[in-house]
Amino acid sequence: MAITRTDVEKIADLSRIELTVEETDLFTEQLSSILAHVEKLNELDTEDTPAMSHCAPGGGDIEYTKRDDVVRPSLGQELAVENAPDTEAGYFKVPRVIGGEQ
Amino acid sequence: MKLSISSLREGIAAGEIKAVDVCRAALERIERYKNLNAFITVIGDAALARAEKIDQAAARGTQLPPLAGTIVAVKDNMVMRGVRTTAGSQILFNYKPPYTATAIERLEDAGAIIVGKTNQDEFAMGSSTENSAFGPARNPWDTERVPGGSSGGSAVAVAAGIAMAALGSDTGGSIRQPASLSGVVGLKPTYGRVSRYGLIAFGSSLDQIGPLAKSVEDAARILAVIAGHDPSDSTSSKVEVDDYVAALGGDIRGLRVGVVREYDVAGLDAEVKEKVGAAIAMLKKLGAQIIDISLPHAEYAVPVYYLIATAEASSNLARFDGVRYGFRAEEATTLKGMYSRTRDEGFGAEVKRRIMLGTYALSAGYYDQFYGKAQKVRSLIDRDFRNAFEKCDVIATPTAPTPAFKLGEKSGDPLAMYLSDIYTITANLSGVPALSLPCGLSSSGLPIGIQLIGKHFDEARLLMTAHNLEQALGADFTPPAFAGS
Repeated sequence: MAITRTDVEKIADLSRIELTVEETDLFTEQLSSILAHVEKLNELDTEDTPAMSHCAPGGGDIEYTKRDDVVRPSLGQELAVENAPDTEAGYFKVPRVIGGEQ
Repeated sequence: MKLSISSLREGIAAGEIKAVDVCRAALERIERYKNLNAFITVIGDAALARAEKIDQAAARGTQLPPLAGTIVAVKDNMVMRGVRTTAGSQILFNYKPPYTATAIERLEDAGAIIVGKTNQDEFAMGSSTENSAFGPARNPWDTERVPGGSSGGSAVAVAAGIAMAALGSDTGGSIRQPASLSGVVGLKPTYGRVSRYGLIAFGSSLDQIGPLAKSVEDAARILAVIAGHDPSDSTSSKVEVDDYVAALGGDIRGLRVGVVREYDVAGLDAEVKEKVGAAIAMLKKLGAQIIDISLPHAEYAVPVYYLIATAEASSNLARFDGVRYGFRAEEATTLKGMYSRTRDEGFGAEVKRRIMLGTYALSAGYYDQFYGKAQKVRSLIDRDFRNAFEKCDVIATPTAPTPAFKLGEKSGDPLAMYLSDIYTITANLSGVPALSLPCGLSSSGLPIGIQLIGKHFDEARLLMTAHNLEQALGADFTPPAFAGS
């Protein structure tokens, strides 16, 4: 299945990746060849096959592990913002969201 | 470094070896073999301080913990408090995590000394360690060749005798394939056997942390420490942890070893086929029963994997947006523009390709056709294993279709690179444990690995089989340039 340049631009937008023109060209070609390989799956009839979303040991239902609902210490504001590229008064700072151009 | 984990511990306890000297020697080797580019970050002073404590404990006559003094290297996608952790990516170039991964914490509690964070393909996406923002790692057997990936730096650190053992992560073969290409032992445990808490997520239903080591015994000793339930990872299993070290003494007479009919494929190197065949013949000589088995859906594993792993990655990597940590592109004036430019400049080409493939596979109108279909075929692959393990106890295959390839040989062709994972991916899709053991050298002197796959949570039998084979083969897999140094 061939994928078009427009498709790649749309996927890049959904992925929040601003591709350069060269990257868009390259990915159009490479994703097409990968998707052509993936087409192989259509050889199989999976009408009655269940989907497997995790590898629960033993093949049964996933073994959920629970813990008591008790308050535990958390990271705290200081550590939480320590790695941020930009902060102000203990908050993450980002470009204007409301009132500017979107 | 010819010491094993147990001989080092005994030597320290007897006062014959100083942990500080062993640690200093490891740090010197990191420096001396910088050209291999195995490490992204070196942990010098903190490692020496830990070694000093081990020596003090030994001098007091205190009972030493199981990994006392063991020099360990850790893949750079596992977080360590206060130590830069990049996952091989520019987008995390300066990230200093506020907490430590459970597997690392358990190693340190057991007396291991972590000397550095190892090079890897960015976010563990790759099979050669060429996709690292910090430059490629090089194979100690031939520095013009790749060490495999994505845990390439961990494999190199062990192969070059810098570290005694290392931690890697394996989503589609990222521990076993570099172990095979670099001539060391590498084990991907059962999904859920080792806590993923603190492992930077790639494909959450596939990722698993495991050891790389010089010997099966050392791998068993590392696994014994890191395995087991962790309340911080709800997918980590409560299944009891076996005594892996005691299990090594077992006998393989009567063991049923399955050989996969479908795995004699085009693209399988003749020398790999020959050496793996010879190792299987050795298992037979040791008393194992060789059984022909079928994994009829194995040929679909690569496309299934590259839809499921990328879909999960596209979601896991959404968190890298320039807000909370790491790199941020400066020029953008809108929030969306900041996200998009940060991600374009911060991620490398392979990571972008996979995020886009995964986003496509999950997008409206394509979900059933791609992601849904892949999940169904994953069921069929899982069922293949369950059927096969009715007839055998362990499955033997090559780990990789070829020995180490040249730097740059496959980096322009993503699909060719993906096909180097053809034998390893199935174990991740089903969740079963699998191990790579060096079993011979090619005529050009490159290591070849045999892969042994076990039933869920049957690591003890897997390690026992590998240990018996390793002892019977009796070969020393030290790269020539590193022997005697």
